[in-house]
Amino acid sequence: MSIFQFISDFFRDSAHWHGQYGIPHRVLEHLQYSFMALGIAAGIALPAGLITGHTGRGGNALALIATAARALPSYGLLVLMFFWLGIGLTPVMIPLVALAVPPILVTSYEAMRTVDPAPVDAARGMGMGPVAVLFQVELPVALPLILSGLRSAAIQVVSTTAIAAIVSLGGLGRFIIDGLSQRDYEIVVGGATLIVGLALAMIALFWLIGRLAVSPGVRGGR
Amino acid sequence: MRVAAIILAATTAAALLAGCSDSSDSSSSPSSSSDSGKGKPKDPLAGAPAAGDTVVVGSNNFAESVLLMDVYGEALKAKGIKVSYKPDIGTREITYGLLKNGSVTVLPEYNGSLLAFLDKAAAPTSVEAATAAIEAKLDAKLTMLDPAAAEDKDSVTVNAATAAKYHLTSQSTIADLAKVGSQIVVGGSPEFQQRQQGLVGLKSVYGLVPKSYKALDAGGPLTVAALKNNDVQAADVFSTDASVAREKFVVLQDPKKLFGFANVQPMVSKTGLSPDGVAALNAVSAKLDTKTLLDLDDQVQNQKKDPLDVAQAWLKSAGLA
Repeated sequence: MSIFQFISDFFRDSAHWHGQYGIPHRVLEHLQYSFMALGIAAGIALPAGLITGHTGRGGNALALIATAARALPSYGLLVLMFFWLGIGLTPVMIPLVALAVPPILVTSYEAMRTVDPAPVDAARGMGMGPVAVLFQVELPVALPLILSGLRSAAIQVVSTTAIAAIVSLGGLGRFIIDGLSQRDYEIVVGGATLIVGLALAMIALFWLIGRLAVSPGVRGGR
Repeated sequence: MRVAAIILAATTAAALLAGCSDSSDSSSSPSSSSDSGKGKPKDPLAGAPAAGDTVVVGSNNFAESVLLMDVYGEALKAKGIKVSYKPDIGTREITYGLLKNGSVTVLPEYNGSLLAFLDKAAAPTSVEAATAAIEAKLDAKLTMLDPAAAEDKDSVTVNAATAAKYHLTSQSTIADLAKVGSQIVVGGSPEFQQRQQGLVGLKSVYGLVPKSYKALDAGGPLTVAALKNNDVQAADVFSTDASVAREKFVVLQDPKKLFGFANVQPMVSKTGLSPDGVAALNAVSAKLDTKTLLDLDDQVQNQKKDPLDVAQAWLKSAGLA
């Protein structure tokens, strides 16, 4: 298959491995944009999801916001924001954050709603205050589901960050956009492979976080 | 197994169809796959040869190319020729390959940019010499018809603020901008970075080395917006672009002819077009000058009219349809 030849040519060319246009720098840029968007999205969606889930109020409004944000086309939003704000990181962050918010919001809300009420009652019976109940009982139990929301957001954002290259920023999308217009498919395929690799690395990263952060009792005692 | 069977059936059907259509078409496909990439794998976007007697008129991915595609296509239709359109295909790097393998029959081209693409060293001094130089390097299956008087070139264009800051007027040259090059961010298409008629030539011919380069689109809305917002101070904007007048951009002079000639000229496949079709396109070129092209561009880009309607209306008024 020629695609594998493209991939091996791309990665074997030593010119692709250093400098401002090299693979390490582009991967770093890509991760920088992705984690920035993910951080902003988590900063917005986690507190909102946890509070609405904990109090059980505002679930409908939240579902509405999540559905609306999901319906926004990333590419269209990017071009619109570019016309409005010009070259820079902000027009790229807006569509990426809009992409990452819904999965985090919905899963953190659902995670809090579906916490087994028995241990929560028991904790209250033992005299724990609402803050202690939230952070010491509900949150640890809800953590696996919350992490799964963050994981889907991370995978989507890492895959979509390629669109930053349309408005002249860096990242791995640069390889795809430049390769297509210069008709150099080796670069296109190489860039796409790297993005797929990064998306898979996100799965591995969140598996690791799950192992380290989730309490063994919640994980199933293994 | 079932997937393999479907693929096999589809391939056989395609081969049969290709056999039924014009034999000159099918003979062209093996050669195009062999010369498409020295030692590289086959081009995945190569496409398949067009079937039957339909003339396929294509265009590159910018507004004027689409408009010219409509003009050519409608002029051919007026002569009773069957036409199908393939608008917005992509860059020259892609469309040239599609003409070579017969997927596209007619494409609006610009003589200077096409020549620079085929032969980096060529420096013709007249339109006739440009056509001759292109024919010498052009693939054997393709030919150029008559060039129009209308010219639309790549250009180095600065926005009003930059022009005021460095005292640049429409009489200034790219060399004047090169003196302050280290303070200038240039914008344009991703392919502009690698081309002789781009950053490569700007450096070797005018000594212009910009502070940085922002890869956007080919003279399209992103580039114009970035230039308007002063995110870039200079950009590759096409000289007939409707935004130049609207935004008070200044197109810099190109005395060393880096961007050379840029006459609109149809590139066609030799076997795909009848003598009637050739005559129809040459009649279009005879009537198309820069003023007409600017006016047609203005109708499409500023007045937001449909390019097909604009093309039909002009052909009718010029007595070509």
